[in-house]
Amino acid sequence: MLDTVLKGKQGYWGWLIFLLAIMGAGLGCYLYQFQEGLRVTGMSRDVSWGFYIAQFTYLVGVAASGVMVVLPYYLHDYKAFGRITILGEFLAIAAVTMCILFIFVDLGNPVRIMNVLMYPTPNSILFWDMIVLNGYLLLNLFIGWNVLSAERKGIHYQSWVKVLIYISIPWAFSIHTVTAFLYAGLPGRHYWLTAILAARFLASAFCSGPALLLLLCLIVRKVTKFDPGKEQIRTLGGIITYAMLLNVFFFILELFTAFYSQIPGHMHTFEFLFSGLEGHGRLAPWMWTAGGFAFVAVLLLVIPATRRKEDTLAIACAAVIISTWIDKGMGLVIGGFTPNPFERVTEYWPTTPEIIITLGVWATGFFILTVLYKMAVSVKEEVGA
Amino acid sequence: MGIDRRAFLKIAGLSTMLGLGGKAALDVFAPGEVEASTKGVPLTAGKRWAMGIDVRLLDDKVISEATAACHRHHNVPDLASAKEEIKWIWEEDYEHSFPGHQHEYVGDDIKHAKFLLLCNHCSNPPCCRVCPTKATWQRPDGIVMMDPHRCIGCRFCMAACPFGARSFNWGDPRRVTRIPELIAKNPGFPFNKDYPTRSKGVVEKCTFCVDLLEKGEQPLCVTAANKIKKGSFTFGDLSDAESSIRVLLRKRYSLRRKSELGTNPNVFYLI
Repeated sequence: MLDTVLKGKQGYWGWLIFLLAIMGAGLGCYLYQFQEGLRVTGMSRDVSWGFYIAQFTYLVGVAASGVMVVLPYYLHDYKAFGRITILGEFLAIAAVTMCILFIFVDLGNPVRIMNVLMYPTPNSILFWDMIVLNGYLLLNLFIGWNVLSAERKGIHYQSWVKVLIYISIPWAFSIHTVTAFLYAGLPGRHYWLTAILAARFLASAFCSGPALLLLLCLIVRKVTKFDPGKEQIRTLGGIITYAMLLNVFFFILELFTAFYSQIPGHMHTFEFLFSGLEGHGRLAPWMWTAGGFAFVAVLLLVIPATRRKEDTLAIACAAVIISTWIDKGMGLVIGGFTPNPFERVTEYWPTTPEIIITLGVWATGFFILTVLYKMAVSVKEEVGA
Repeated sequence: MGIDRRAFLKIAGLSTMLGLGGKAALDVFAPGEVEASTKGVPLTAGKRWAMGIDVRLLDDKVISEATAACHRHHNVPDLASAKEEIKWIWEEDYEHSFPGHQHEYVGDDIKHAKFLLLCNHCSNPPCCRVCPTKATWQRPDGIVMMDPHRCIGCRFCMAACPFGARSFNWGDPRRVTRIPELIAKNPGFPFNKDYPTRSKGVVEKCTFCVDLLEKGEQPLCVTAANKIKKGSFTFGDLSDAESSIRVLLRKRYSLRRKSELGTNPNVFYLI
């Protein structure tokens, strides 16, 4: 099927070259970071994870959300989604790859990464995260490839693939649960130490991932002859609505617990995030932006007329993506480290090399996504013709 | 007495020249020494090390001498940057050592008291729980150790430590021998030629001076502080009911940082 990837119009090659250029810039900055150490980033003794881990956390959600098209199709026999499960699976592959790359660029000693395998440590959640992420990547590669090549040959995929598909469904939930456990089990980090964190992660994943998938479907319809379908987009809109409402609801639960109990440790991070603490409030405008976009998204999603109209639904999806990206990325990671264990505030802001490396990883993800989508769409066009 | 690495290498080198090899050589030059040093690893087995710090006896001189003794022995450089700061033991005020304990009516003696903070060598250490490579682990004598040669620099342990006791080498610490303004701040780095410096991208922290404990000595901060104010630091074995630390903890009221988190810190502050 790789042959389909090598045939494309000018726009396809132009886009790939554009992504390659960003990847090159990211690689250049990464070599600089590799040489100098992580001191080229904005991270510090107090905020010891930053932009990279924020992207990682967000993208695990995007990867997990592939299950939102797989589950209705395979467990509920919702036939319409059969058309786009491959798009969900391929989005998951690109997202997991980015996750692994973000962990890699965050390591102080990347050449020692194999130590995680050489000294397996089951009591570390990071060990399990490595297993579930790589497992999910392999599952989606096997499933996506086999189902698509069977479709191209006009045959039914082999029965063992079905077993993998059934495994991949709970597996998708596991990747984001384990990622939440990275944070939720740490004593003394009040913002993360909440039983609802994994549930919040899944809720925000199941709105932001399908929102991205929906936008991708609209792009695919525009630039190719393959139409993911009106009904499919409409159903995705419904899924996004429920998940976004749950996401906002869970966030309000956190606010209630913190501010009704009045326990300082539980309130501090929210104060830091939304109004600033001890004169440090650089994140506040971002958090209010996230809040504003969440409000717009909920409004556009809940009102049936705007949800059913594709252009307003697209705006709602963009708003969901922006809102969840700020909240779950920057807000969650930096908020968790602020205030520090001495209840002092150290500000964090990503540096230019850090941002370029981040863009480089995103470009790598989109490169993979483009190539995989090109393959999927070519097969769909071929079969449809 | 055991046999240290330096002595081992000396004997091994010498014996190789003489055509002897391996353990046979050691049996000739230092009979019984190898057995003695390997049997006892760690040489402080059966102990539970803990530290008591008498806050009433801490003053600027005690604090600066104890800190300097530690940082010079362990080659902890001054990187002249709050963002990249590496510290094994450091001064902090009451409010920030015990967040949440402060109230507006507390007396000036406590409000302005100075504390020395370091790794608590918790009995239930979350840092060891989260490390994905066993680069940080707890010894049978309770000391939380760190292997900078295995650390991949994921910094999970820094997120897990509720005491901010861990420092990360954001850059190469050895650059203090190359950059003029840092050379001036770290004359003679590495200060202690017998202790390794670290490389970039690894976490480090206090080790309760395991290298000295094994020789039957006390940690450096303890020795340095007690030289200036006798009794300001007490270091000993919690498993021995008659040890100095146990006697002290029976006699005096003590605080531990964030004991409610259940990590069971082994550094006690006597008020």
